[in-house]
Amino acid sequence: MKIAVLSGKGGAGKTLVAVNLAVAAEKAVYADCDVEEPNGHLFFKPKERESESVEVTIPVIDTEKCTGCRQCVDFCRFNALAMIGGKVMLFEEICHSCGGCQLVCPEKTIHERKRSIGMVQSGHDGEIKVLTGILNTGEAAGVPIIKEILKKIPAKGNIFIDCPPGSACSVMESIQIADFCLLVAEPTIFGRDNLAMIHELVTLFDKPAGLLLNKVTDGENPSQIYGLEHHLPILGKIPYDRELSAINAAGNIVSREIPKYEMFFRELLQRIEKEASHETSTGA
Amino acid sequence: MKIAVPSEHQTLNEEVCPSFGRAPFYVIYDTENKTTDYLQNTAAGSQGGAGVQAAQLIVDQQVEAIITPRCGKNAAAVVQEAGIKLYRSISGSIESNLKAFEEQRLSLLDEIHAGFHRHGGR
Repeated sequence: MKIAVLSGKGGAGKTLVAVNLAVAAEKAVYADCDVEEPNGHLFFKPKERESESVEVTIPVIDTEKCTGCRQCVDFCRFNALAMIGGKVMLFEEICHSCGGCQLVCPEKTIHERKRSIGMVQSGHDGEIKVLTGILNTGEAAGVPIIKEILKKIPAKGNIFIDCPPGSACSVMESIQIADFCLLVAEPTIFGRDNLAMIHELVTLFDKPAGLLLNKVTDGENPSQIYGLEHHLPILGKIPYDRELSAINAAGNIVSREIPKYEMFFRELLQRIEKEASHETSTGA
Repeated sequence: MKIAVPSEHQTLNEEVCPSFGRAPFYVIYDTENKTTDYLQNTAAGSQGGAGVQAAQLIVDQQVEAIITPRCGKNAAAVVQEAGIKLYRSISGSIESNLKAFEEQRLSLLDEIHAGFHRHGGR
């Protein structure tokens, strides 16, 4: 089963949950799609890492032959091209590599070149395969790297996808292949509002989903209220726990250190599997 | 000479719009004829690259100066390539900013931000 772990904001606990679920599954693939700041590898410390560069194609405009007709600029729906004083300006980071400018150029003055935007690293921590997407600093779009990670994910087995924060296109890409989406949320109003955004997103993609409440205190939990009001199954609660935080912040995996958390994540995985099979059978 | 100022609505009585690339309108003011036009920003709703396209719209109007509180790096690259000067807006209405410009009381905008490219929130 492929489980995507999402949150509407950074720091809610996606990596904590995805890493520990992979450990609970014992034999698993952990895929870090949070390509802007991948940190799952800090916990698994995979050995014998192999890196593969991820390249995109961008246009090269032959300024000698360009007549300044502007058709490429008008065509580009990503606004990666501008025309100043009869000269085409290219904004590489905005370009989505669609190749459209090359097709519409009547003078055939545009060709392509490859540009590396980052890499995918793969390694192992025992029986856990660790895939890490790394976007180069300064790059705007991580989707091509996420696509490469997804290509390396096997069709079967226990797959855990650690998504980027938020609900932008990189998250949509990351959940494409997921059978189940686990939404991680904090007990704050801000946390609830971000939860509502990703809940809307996974609903739009028709993905079965469940809620994991993190950093739970005795106080009011707006995210829990949201889950109850929106019939989003609550699959577990992680308390606000300084010991857990200290272990996690030191780069250690909490379910390998504290038996009660080992238990918690094993049970959480079972609840997810049950929920996912229930959702599939009822067609919900 | 023509000056562009990002605006929320088609009026001079409001503050300068805080966003350059995603402002709904641009006030195009001609300092010689003292005429005011409003240009709709067709790039305002773009998924990405709004700054580039908005700057292109301004460049196509043969504007020579822009008054704005801030400007992203891509938009700045376009307007600077076109030789347009960027001036930092002051608090107060668009009208008072235009007056301040004519009285040479505005300073050049020298901080260019990296853009708000998260498009989707995090």
